[in-house]
Order: sequence, then C-alpha cells, then structure tokens
Amino acid sequence: MSDLPHFSFGIPILELVYVVASVLFVFGLKMLSHPLTARRGNFLAAIGMVSAIVATLLFHRKDGEPIRNIALILVAIVIGTAIGWTIAKRVKMTAMPQLVSFFNGMGGAAAALISILEFPHVSPDLIARTGMANGHVLAILLGLMIGTISWAGSMIAFGKLDGRIGDLRVKAMKYVNLAILLVLIGFIVFIMTRHVNASSELSTYVYMMFALSVVYGVLFVMPIGGADMPVVISLLNSFTGVAAAMGGFLYNNQAMLTGGILVGSAGTILTVLMCKAMNRSLLNVIVGVFGGGGESVATAAGSIREITMSDAAVLLAYSKKVVIVPGYGLAVAQAQHACHELDKLLDEKGVEVKYAIHPVAGRMPGHMNVLLAEADVPYEQLIESDEINPDLPNTDVLVVIGANDVVNPAAEDDPSSPIYGMPIVKARDARNIIVMKRGMGKGYAAIENLLFYNDKTRMLFGDAKATLQNLVNEIKNL
Amino acid sequence: MEKILEFFLQNREAIFIVILSIFLGIEVISHVPAILHTPLMSGANAIHGVVIIGAIIVLGHADTTGSKIIGFIAVILGTLNVVGGFVVTDRMLEMFKKKK
Repeated sequence: MSDLPHFSFGIPILELVYVVASVLFVFGLKMLSHPLTARRGNFLAAIGMVSAIVATLLFHRKDGEPIRNIALILVAIVIGTAIGWTIAKRVKMTAMPQLVSFFNGMGGAAAALISILEFPHVSPDLIARTGMANGHVLAILLGLMIGTISWAGSMIAFGKLDGRIGDLRVKAMKYVNLAILLVLIGFIVFIMTRHVNASSELSTYVYMMFALSVVYGVLFVMPIGGADMPVVISLLNSFTGVAAAMGGFLYNNQAMLTGGILVGSAGTILTVLMCKAMNRSLLNVIVGVFGGGGESVATAAGSIREITMSDAAVLLAYSKKVVIVPGYGLAVAQAQHACHELDKLLDEKGVEVKYAIHPVAGRMPGHMNVLLAEADVPYEQLIESDEINPDLPNTDVLVVIGANDVVNPAAEDDPSSPIYGMPIVKARDARNIIVMKRGMGKGYAAIENLLFYNDKTRMLFGDAKATLQNLVNEIKNL
Repeated sequence: MEKILEFFLQNREAIFIVILSIFLGIEVISHVPAILHTPLMSGANAIHGVVIIGAIIVLGHADTTGSKIIGFIAVILGTLNVVGGFVVTDRMLEMFKKKK
C-alpha cells in the first residue's frame, strides 16, 4: 500500500470520483429546487466538491507527473477557507445578493488566471499539427474572456448593491459595448489564425484581451439599475459556470466540464425565469430600456392623501384581515424585524396577518422569503401573490411597505405601460390601503403608480423601519 | 469546413457531455418555486467553484515563481468561491428550516 497513488491505480479512481462528484452536483442541484430537501442538496454538492478536490490532489497526473507544490496548495486552500467562511458567516442577510456576486466574481477570476497561466504552455506538438486553431487554444481564450467578464462584472454588481457605485447611463453605451465585444471576438480569431512555433509568442495579445475583457465586464454592468441586478448576477453566475467548463475542456476534466456546464445552463434558465417574473426580456434588462423611456405617462387622477400614525394604528388594530406587501424598500431599510413585530402585535389582538410575496420582491427573487425567515416570520404566513389575489377583496387593510411596481395597477390597465402584463399583487382590491414610502419617488420602472391616488389609499411617509416602530408603539398604546 | 469537422471529431466526447449537461441543467431546475431562486442561485454559484480543480492542477505543475504566485492566488480565489458559496447557501436554507 505504500505506493498507493500509482499510475495504473490512481487514474481510474480519480475518474471514478469525478463521476461520483458530477452525480452529486446534479442531485444537489435537483434537491436545491425543493424546499424540504434544499439543505441536504447543498450538503451533497459540497461533499461532491470536497471529494473531487481531494482526489485531484492525490491522483491527478499530467504526463505521468503527480501534483507538486502540495504545501503551497494546502496553504492557499486554508487561507481561502478561512476568509470565505468568515465572510459567509458574518454577513447580514440583507447583504446576501452582493455576497453571492462577490463569490461568483472570485470563481470567474480563478478561471481567468488559469487561462493566463496555461496559454504559454499549449503543447508544441499540437501547434505543429493544427496551428493555433485547436480546441485547447479556443478553450483557453474563451475561459479567459468569459471568466474575466464575470469577475469584472460581478465586482461592479457587488459595488452597486453595496451602494458604493452608482448607475451610469449613456445612450451610446450599448454601441460601445457591442464594439468591444466584436473586438474581443476579433482577438480570438486573430490569435487562432497566427502561425507560430510556440503559443507564448502571442502572450501579449492575451494580456490585451484580458484588459479589454475587464473593460467590457465593467461597462456591461454599469448601466444596469438596482432592481435588475439579480438578473445580472444570475447571468454572470452562468458565465462563470461556462468559464469553469472551459477549464474542464482544457484538462479533459469531466468534473469541471459537467459542473461548469450544469451551472451554465441552470443559471441561464434561472435568469430567464427571473426575467419572466418581471415580465421583461433578457435583452430589455441588458440594453436597459427602463428608466430612460417614460413615454406613457398616465396622468394622476385624484390626489395623494396622507394618514396620521394614530389613525393607521386604529385602522390596523381593529381590522380582521391584514395583508402586508413587502418590497425593495423594506429590504433597504432592513425593516424585516420591525415588520414582524407589527404582525406579532396584530396577531395578539386577533387580527389575521398574511404576507403577499411577489416573486421578484426584494433584491433577488426569493430574497424577501429569506429576509422574513430571518426575522422569524412563520413560513405559512408567506403567500405567493397569485394565491393571495383572490383573497384580497375580503382584506380589510393592505399595507404596502416599500413596494411600488409590484402593486402598480398599470400592469393590468395600461397597455402602453412598460410593465403592462407583469403579474402583480392586486392591491387595489383590498378595502383599505396603507402605503409606507420614503417619498413620492417613482419605482424602478420610473412610472406613475395610480394606486397611490386611489380613493382607498392613504400614505404614510418616512423610513420603513422607523415608521413601523412608531406604528408598533402607537398600537401598543391604544 | 474540413477543419471544423476535424475539430468536432477530436472533441466529440466533450461536446456530447456539454450538450447533455445543458439539457440536464435546464431539466433539473425548471420547476423551482420562486422562493428558492435565491438559495438556488447561491448553490449553483458554489458548484461552479469546481474551477478550483483547474487552479490546483495549474499550481500543482507550476515551476517559475511567477506562475506559482498566480496559481496560488487562483487557488485562494477558487476556494473562496467554493467555501463561501456553500456556507452562505446553507445559512440561507437554515432559516427556512428553523421555524416550526
């Protein structure tokens, strides 16, 4: 047993472990899409990952040579684990989207670095046979380009969600982006059609490609607004998957290939699903027609009416059925705990409280569920908007907290509205409506919301968290 | 044309895997409820951390100091992706479970 990692023995084991890891990835992903099995699915995928890593360290051979620099590799893994674990454990739940974006960027960067290191080492035999136009070179170049775009884009997305970077919208930007993309593809064609003896002669062009990909990644995400960021993160997530798969292609490594492509395709579908929930096309999100347009301005009929804190308290405390519609604003104000306090208090007073969760409420689809779960709101109280809509005419008070476009009746009434056709929470069906809002700013779609002018609507202006806390105190003092 | 066909023949296994994996990925998650979109994205994010294997291979065969440094960074970044991704996903899912 002393020479256990022997060539004729280790390679089959390595391949076997890769097969098992791939199966675990598939199962993990499958189980992640059901609430009951999700946590175990995540765990399974993690086991697959760890076994693939260990097997690679032990059994991988390149031209018969085992993995060297083991100490260095282990140190790097320990450092990465320590940092990753700490960040992941410490971060607030509201900061989840930017964190996913950050980790995604790390993966993209790793893929790009691999490409940079591997490019000068394309086998001279291969080049002698096929020139630069072969699968290896293509995988390296695509891995570099996609990985880098994913990294740069994710970092910008991270900065935006963290409120460090603002939007930058210039009309000409999409043409600039298109031009850069074409130049990048031109680079790939150029490099692959060169006649050289060794790939390292072309390294300069690869560095140029790297730089240009960074620029593209930045410009790609810069103009995209906050509410669309989840779609972009999901898209970049699938980019990194594809970049990882390129590495699998390069090393003829099945675990990387299946894992990467699986995430690439699942990520793409998830992106499309998210877009659907917002009734937007992917192209719309990327080119960004929202925000600038505003050609259909439904003129406001009626006027805005405010409600005092004590009136709101009385209204809520003496109703039978209350539905809360939480939105982006609640997430930004971190008001989920205050919100749960309100619902507990009302519950004690015999009021039935439900939450209407729009699929894209919050900063990412499903994010609102995570946030409310963090505040201990029972699962059963969270109702998807399609399910709760028929119930709304029997609802005494509907409280909109920091949501806007997802309750905008224009989605049903106004065919010229950019959000027309988007499924919404049919807020206006409720008997009374209280809207908590920071000010009269428009939602992300930058369109007027007629709900605010409805006869049944009363506005409660202020920061969501502070307003909720005041409201709780008012109700307690009743 | 000849070149493209030759390319296909040389890489047919990988191409097979790619095509089947694409269908698999679509099939596996096409019925996911919206509440799980965020954890699913995060879980998938962790899985593409498999790129760390490539980073290990690169560093494992690196000779020059320069390539060792870059490989070292690549392994750290890959680990960040893997560990951070799985831990964060677990944290999210833990919250769904804890109420009863």
